[in-house]
Amino acid sequence: MSEQPVLEVRDLHTHFFLRRGVVKAVDGVSFSLRRGEVLGLVGESGCGKSLTALSLMRLLPRGGARTVKGEVLLDGENILERTPAEMREIRGRRISMVLQDPQTSLNPVFSIGDQLREAIQRRKRAPHAEIIKEAVAALRRVEIAAPEQRLDQYPHQMSGGMKQRVVGAIAISGEPGVLIADEPTTALDVTIQLQYLKLLKRLQAETGMAILFITHDFGVVGRMCDRVAVMYAGRIVECGPVRQIFEAPQHPYTRALIASVPKMTGPPPGMGGRLATIEGQPPSLMDLPVGCRFAGRCPLVEQRCLDAYPGTVRIGPEHTADCWKVVPA
Amino acid sequence: MKRYIARRLMQGVVLLCMVGTIVFFLGRLTGNPVDLMMPEDATAEDRAALIQTLGLDGPILDQFAIFVGRAIQGDLGTSIRMRQPAVEAFFDRLPNTLVLLPWAILLAMLLGIPLGVVAAVNRGSFLDRAAGTVAVLGIAMPSFWLGILLIFVFSVELGWLPSGRMGGPAHYVLPVITLAAFLVAGFMRITRSAMLEVMESEFVKLARIKGLSEGVVIWKHCLRNALIPVLTLWGVFIGNLITGAIVTETVFAWPGIGRLTYEAVIYRDFPLLQAVIILKSILILSINLGVDILYAYVDPRIRLA
Repeated sequence: MSEQPVLEVRDLHTHFFLRRGVVKAVDGVSFSLRRGEVLGLVGESGCGKSLTALSLMRLLPRGGARTVKGEVLLDGENILERTPAEMREIRGRRISMVLQDPQTSLNPVFSIGDQLREAIQRRKRAPHAEIIKEAVAALRRVEIAAPEQRLDQYPHQMSGGMKQRVVGAIAISGEPGVLIADEPTTALDVTIQLQYLKLLKRLQAETGMAILFITHDFGVVGRMCDRVAVMYAGRIVECGPVRQIFEAPQHPYTRALIASVPKMTGPPPGMGGRLATIEGQPPSLMDLPVGCRFAGRCPLVEQRCLDAYPGTVRIGPEHTADCWKVVPA
Repeated sequence: MKRYIARRLMQGVVLLCMVGTIVFFLGRLTGNPVDLMMPEDATAEDRAALIQTLGLDGPILDQFAIFVGRAIQGDLGTSIRMRQPAVEAFFDRLPNTLVLLPWAILLAMLLGIPLGVVAAVNRGSFLDRAAGTVAVLGIAMPSFWLGILLIFVFSVELGWLPSGRMGGPAHYVLPVITLAAFLVAGFMRITRSAMLEVMESEFVKLARIKGLSEGVVIWKHCLRNALIPVLTLWGVFIGNLITGAIVTETVFAWPGIGRLTYEAVIYRDFPLLQAVIILKSILILSINLGVDILYAYVDPRIRLA
């Protein structure tokens, strides 16, 4: 427990500065990722999950996005203070990322081998034949059949699932300590999703890298993660071990999210059963309330929720939630 | 790929038939060339004799039938002024234009593509606006004006370069610059917009995630993709160039097919004009086909489809 986390994010703020105003898409996010663990980052669309990931990579979209505050400690070193050139050395080698859509993640005009080789050459200078051998090994590691033939193929000749494996191979070819997976299975068929998740798990076990797994799917969280952080309107509202979050969610938002996951037990919808939903909309990130951000949709709301943002309450040794109604352990 | 080329060839033939028909009838609408060719005091007999030699005496549809019949055999008539088969006159002059075009395109690309990349990378900045200004200047200056201006500065005032006619390498400089000027803008703007789109792609993000340098990301990963729309427009640009050569070659007294076209119009040499336009169409169509094959080479999605 006392071991230093491989990645620690403290009070991260990434805002979009637009002509119409400031969009506080990531507004005070803190979490830590331990060596070899999988941390799920869960939340609905637009809550700031992906932007958090891009802030960690320092690859924010052009056009006004800026990290204005906070620290990102990678092995204890704040990478937000690194120069762009130093950051390039860090990317791929120490922290890497798998993107959401395999259809667009690979460059259509270069062969798989070309794109893989570029990544491998970041790690080592070697004769061409040796790099090719490594590329074949990298494809074999992500369970691609006949990797020798695949090297000369182009992305459009592969299926989505296979492309995502290639993206995975590229992302981990620099042997990073941290891998961010931003909804890597969302764009895949359900059957392929499961294979990909198993593959990620296996690669993680082999390499010992830590994974920040971004998803909106609680089913995937249960399968993949050791701990989970629930994000809402730019902040993490609850964080804890997967079992505890599933069995005893504390924050009303987490409870509502888990309740809205379809279950295999009980009567199905249309036969008496109803799928729970969360009423209302998240607050505008341009005009956030002073109080709790979930207050507008919360069934337990009271005056103090509207007056001030609740502090982070420790419920268990590793379980925290930002809510006034939660009783500290 | 073979079927694709065959289909394109068929389309080309249909297009050529349309061009030929339009050119034939349009040529007849511009008046009787005989008036221009005979001296003022020519007798009616002389006129009639000339009209007969030129084959202008029959009904227009008969004339058209004869024209088509000969065209199929590769005979596009005889130039009235030069008394030489029109096809021959065209191919005599063609090499002179063809030696000019590649240099103009090369110069336009060498300037336009990097300008477009720089403009896209520095979007909204001073550099972007400066590149845009250069591009607009290229479009806004008509070739005849730019050509004359260049002659005035570099031939008349400074005496560095010849003002016209074919000759050694120095003779190429001014015509090539004039021809390239309006293509630079086209190349720059297409490269810029294509780059802006490509730079937002996920694969560019992945290239950065790999830790590649900005130079490799921009000039390799982005530019290669941005070149696809640029290449598509090559065909259009070459068409523009061949058209633009009419003015430029006239200004620089360059004996190519552009000047030949100009002469055919001025002297109402309609067999020559017909031939020149039809042969130019064939030229542009074959260049377009060539570009599409090249396009397939750059974009593997087309090559292997």
